[in-house]
Amino acid sequence: MKKMTAIMASALAVAAGLMSMPAQAEDKKWTKITIATEGAFPPYNLTKADGTLDGYEIELSKYLCDHMKVECTIIAQSFDGLIPALNAGKFDAIMAGMSATEKRKEVIDFSMSYGSTGQAFATLKGGDLETLPMKGELFSLASNEAGARKAVDELKPLVEGKTVGVQTASIAARFIDEYLKDVVEVREYKTTEQHDLDLVAGRVDLVMASMGYLKTAVEKPANSDMVIVGPRFQGGFLGAGSSVGLRKSDTELKALFDDAIAAAKADGTIKRLSEKWFGFDLTPQ
Amino acid sequence: MDIKFALETFWSLAAALPLTLELAATSIVLGSVLALGLALARLSGILALDLFARVYVFLFRGTPLLVQIFLIYYGLSQFPAVRHSIFWPILREPYWCAVLALMLNTAAYASEIIRGGLLSVPHGQVEAARACGMGRFMIFRRIVMPQALRQALPGYGNEMISMVKATSLASIITLMEITGVAAKLISESYRVIEVFVVAGVIYLAINFALTRLVAFAEHRLNPQLRAPLAISAELKGEAH
Repeated sequence: MKKMTAIMASALAVAAGLMSMPAQAEDKKWTKITIATEGAFPPYNLTKADGTLDGYEIELSKYLCDHMKVECTIIAQSFDGLIPALNAGKFDAIMAGMSATEKRKEVIDFSMSYGSTGQAFATLKGGDLETLPMKGELFSLASNEAGARKAVDELKPLVEGKTVGVQTASIAARFIDEYLKDVVEVREYKTTEQHDLDLVAGRVDLVMASMGYLKTAVEKPANSDMVIVGPRFQGGFLGAGSSVGLRKSDTELKALFDDAIAAAKADGTIKRLSEKWFGFDLTPQ
Repeated sequence: MDIKFALETFWSLAAALPLTLELAATSIVLGSVLALGLALARLSGILALDLFARVYVFLFRGTPLLVQIFLIYYGLSQFPAVRHSIFWPILREPYWCAVLALMLNTAAYASEIIRGGLLSVPHGQVEAARACGMGRFMIFRRIVMPQALRQALPGYGNEMISMVKATSLASIITLMEITGVAAKLISESYRVIEVFVVAGVIYLAINFALTRLVAFAEHRLNPQLRAPLAISAELKGEAH
């Protein structure tokens, strides 16, 4: 009888050991991660003339990696392929000015936001859209949906029949699709820089992109005729702001990033870096 | 693979089929005219024309089509002179920029195919035709062209097929043809396999129809390959 108990006890011990195995496997220690960015979305991320990456996210990632005590490699990839490639395991995290939208949350996970600018419009100086009303006003789709809708209704007659350029799969594209699709013609571009080229060339009348992006775009010498107009929108399906995109299975890594971003917020790193790159504070509230 | 999703994808992509076909057809037709002109320039024996055609073919065959599309669409629009020229109403439209790039590109390849076809006609036949008193144009129409066409057709069929596939590059200048719509669907659904498989099947179907057409044309142009017609008339004269 005693023998039986001993066997059963050891069997239980083995079973318990087996059961704890997967948990241990999940606790994989992150020492090296690869972060993907776009390298063509200044000031979030950009490629310098010598081919190296730079920008707000590149500098912030260095801080985050130091805080997480992991070794990071940053690679550049086209924006529309980022999510499939993350899930295919080509890299471990996305930092590409990507907003944490509901739709994207169906397939990947996001850390907490590390910056929020809202979506704004830009047009050409001297064009009839230069005087678009509500300049600089901010409408939240989350807390003031009615206000945002009213603002859109006010814009509608002014932009009727115009051509609007947006980046494919961006939240600006979704915004136009939801609110202005029936009055404007939409052109979709691979990068935001391409719709700027077409705005300056006069092929599109208006572009919609993140305020942070537009602010630096209008400062480029080639875009001297470009000007930011009309209201800004944020929240709701436009997302809480830019967040680190992660695989749903990597909960450990998400915790590491959340912790590091919270630290960057608390010690003023986000404020300092966003003022350096954007000219205004992006710290999410 | 999700069949229901694939079916929905098929209908979304099928809506973009007319644009793909239009791009391919317009650029192939315009390109073939230009190609014939270039081939004749090469064979004209006039140094200036010959040189022009050689340089043209060298440039357009030697650079990627993607680069040509970018240069025509984003490159030309950089110059205010172009934006204020009479060509701007055409160059402003992504559709015509794509047609222009595809047409200029296919003309370079096709001109070499046509030149090969023209050179394949034995010179003796031309001399014989001249001896029969035919004029230059009649020789071209009756003797050279039909044979050159027959020789060039398999190679030209290849070129048409690659043009159908090359239209996919037009998606980078905002044209929502099949590949453009496919890329948009993927960025919305993140389902790469279903969308690209369906897009691939559609291209395959277009090219299947095209190869059948080329085979039919080959059949028509090569009477010697067809079964001879039964002769019903009785032989007269020397028959025993």
